[in-house]
Amino acid sequence: MARLHVNGQVVDVEFDDDTPLLWVLREQLGLTGSKYGCGVAACGACTVHIDGMAVRSCVYPASAISEEEQITTIEGLSEDGSHPVQEAWKELDVPQCGYCQPGMIMAVAGMLNSNPEATDEDTDAEITNICRCGTFQRVRRGVQLAKTKM
Amino acid sequence: MTNSISLSRRGFLVSSGAAGLTISFLAGCAGADDNTPAAADLPPNPEVNAWVHIGRDDVVTIRIARSEMGQGTLTGLAQLVAEEIEADWDKVVTEYPTPGENLARNRVWRDFSTGGSQGIRSSHQYVREGAAAARMMMVQAAANEWGVPVGECSVSKGVITHGPSGNELTFGAVAEAASQLEAPSDITLKDPSTWTIVGQPVARLDTADKVTGAQQYGADIVLDGMLLASIKAAPVRNATVASFDASAVEGMPGVVKVMQVGDDAVAVIADTWWRANKALEALPIEWAGGDRFNSADFEAELDEGLTADEAAIGNQGGDVDIAFAEAAQIVEATYNLPFQSHAPMEPMNATALYTEERCEVWCPTQNGEAALAAASRASGLPISQCDVYKQLLGGGFGRRGMSDYVAQAVLIAKEMPGTPIKLQWSREEDQRQGFYHPTTKARVRGALDENGNLTGVNIRISGQSILAGIMPQAIVGGIDIATFQGLASPDNPRTADQSLKYTFPNFRMEHAMRNPPVRPGFWRGVNANQNAIYLECLMDELAVAAGRDPLEFRLAHLQDSPKSAAVLQAVADRSGWGSDDGKHRGLCAFYSFGSYTAACAEVTVDENGQLKIDRIVAATDPGHAVNPQQIEAQVEGSFVYGLSAMLYGNVNFVDGEVQETNFDTYNVMRLSEMPEVETIVMPSGGFWGGVGEPTIAVAAPAVLNAIYAATGNRVRELPLNYRNLREA
Repeated sequence: MARLHVNGQVVDVEFDDDTPLLWVLREQLGLTGSKYGCGVAACGACTVHIDGMAVRSCVYPASAISEEEQITTIEGLSEDGSHPVQEAWKELDVPQCGYCQPGMIMAVAGMLNSNPEATDEDTDAEITNICRCGTFQRVRRGVQLAKTKM
Repeated sequence: MTNSISLSRRGFLVSSGAAGLTISFLAGCAGADDNTPAAADLPPNPEVNAWVHIGRDDVVTIRIARSEMGQGTLTGLAQLVAEEIEADWDKVVTEYPTPGENLARNRVWRDFSTGGSQGIRSSHQYVREGAAAARMMMVQAAANEWGVPVGECSVSKGVITHGPSGNELTFGAVAEAASQLEAPSDITLKDPSTWTIVGQPVARLDTADKVTGAQQYGADIVLDGMLLASIKAAPVRNATVASFDASAVEGMPGVVKVMQVGDDAVAVIADTWWRANKALEALPIEWAGGDRFNSADFEAELDEGLTADEAAIGNQGGDVDIAFAEAAQIVEATYNLPFQSHAPMEPMNATALYTEERCEVWCPTQNGEAALAAASRASGLPISQCDVYKQLLGGGFGRRGMSDYVAQAVLIAKEMPGTPIKLQWSREEDQRQGFYHPTTKARVRGALDENGNLTGVNIRISGQSILAGIMPQAIVGGIDIATFQGLASPDNPRTADQSLKYTFPNFRMEHAMRNPPVRPGFWRGVNANQNAIYLECLMDELAVAAGRDPLEFRLAHLQDSPKSAAVLQAVADRSGWGSDDGKHRGLCAFYSFGSYTAACAEVTVDENGQLKIDRIVAATDPGHAVNPQQIEAQVEGSFVYGLSAMLYGNVNFVDGEVQETNFDTYNVMRLSEMPEVETIVMPSGGFWGGVGEPTIAVAAPAVLNAIYAATGNRVRELPLNYRNLREA
């Protein structure tokens, strides 16, 4: 039994040592907002925060996370979808199919945590998430809009 | 079923997975709540008709038959309905009827299939008529209530008003009475000039839950007592399972069952998907037979097709042989394009629950009725005892028009009656078990006279027929007419919306069908994607050979298609085509899926031959533009899809096995490669063209032509893979 801090709550959960955080979140904690896209940390659909830093949870063993570390998923980014990135995303209608967007939003929110003044160039360099619908242009605009709401 | 559709099965209760927390919530539909205090004591309103339910709380629930996969059809179709019923857009929600309900009601919602950019263009008429009928019935019901002539009543934003008295009734108050009335037979649709919702850049109806993680996809479904399955089908086409050693993994944590699925697949069922997939990866499986296809070797067969005596002729005019015989100059080139995988972000999945009496499936599908048929076949139950609950798709791009994964889920569930089974493919399985966009080559030729006038065009495509692979009944006289998308004749009703818009004095479009043992599929944009490269790069090569401006050269042959000329001129004007600013630009115009599209790309190629796509100006004329901001989104996204293919897309088969099994080897475009796309939506009205696909065709040719402008080198083999473009 391991103890994790997820979205501000303490949860005790059992999992095999090699289970990636993604599958603990999705299958054992019912937090299905984080998505499986590739399983090899290539697409970013599984992005969550550990202590505010974006990580790709599909290759991050849950057993490597200590009790002190704070895990935040898309469900915990805000209580009501009011995080500046979420607000910007709604305003610009960023998502198309939307499957990659929880990961995209968490990646962007993580970037803005460490770099609140992120430019388009920063976004291009740091956000390597895959979106097959092709929302990139609105993602770029969304980052700049979110900055104004922080 | 005369009342509101039962939501009990698709608004599923969610409970715990294998261990840990228990969460439950009801993913319901606001439209059926009828929960305002005043309405609390009354039974819910019946539907007005198949297209519209209006609650006593005035919430308008619009039934959407087509599948939403990101393209925005759900919002666009809802706009069409809301427009004709004169709804208050702020009170509109949507729901999917099920394919089973459609069959039970004599297909009242008609076709569920969602592909070919058909969502709106092939259903707008009957969808709007259904909505208009609902409005007329509600106005009639209000007039009856007041005992006044219908002609004295007007309707706006969900409120019916009797002019002389000023009396008002909301839709919610008359919906029940309206539902009892005969449907009108004489329906007049609104004139487009009076539209207030259609044509507006309204926000999508499905965004809010997509930014909070609340949006449920097929992959997210949890049912009580559900088990998880991971599957591996033969990695080589037409191979079968020879044997597998279940005992090697049966003792692994969480594993419940190891089973063969059909002739060619093995699945592991466990309490979590992670455990199921881990056991599957450890499971020894032996395969037998199969086609040990090598895509590298197949090039020789494609080359043979380029000059073979026999070829289907899809479209021709004049005498192209004389044109070439008498030409002062001939331009000839060979283009070579590889296999592509759809690679939607959500790998294939389906959840099935089988009992001896009933089979139910929850799945993302572009073709709900085909999924239902697949569930019936796989379960062995009559179709009336099956149903499919469609989920929002995490991408489709044509892949989810197929139902192979649905049948697999049902075959597994059938072995475990009463236990819901969620089958989730790994990304690797998704890449290996595709219906791939075919590889083709083309020999493109153009004839010029001594004055640089184009006298003949001949395109010989050599490659796989998609229809021969998956819809052989659509092959007529040995010709796959879809192969000629964008090059086809306007006189054939099957190809009028995919026809050649240039006027050439002499031309012949040919296809030498060469079918490899690879499953082909409709891949967003389909054959327009390669045909636009073949035609529009040839036009660029010809313009250069003729010493003419590529814009002027194209416009000179678009005299019979002013709409094509208009989109091309629009991108040229906006981009600064012809200006002396040192930028390198390339053009493309193409017509497909009933819409006129054009692009101008601006690129930089550095001294090391590295490409940067700086800017795209794109124009589209889809006739009626239902939601301009969503059209812009589709145009922007089309460049990501089309340029991903141009830059990276390539599926190689070695000894029958796909080599690119994940995004680390099947690379796609990222943000840093995304050019700024300026979209010009220029609806000329009077027709309904597609939006989701047609722009993809113009993406690669515009960039390839710009690369030529920058370097003097032609790229004729894709993917580009950032090779040195300074090397010829």
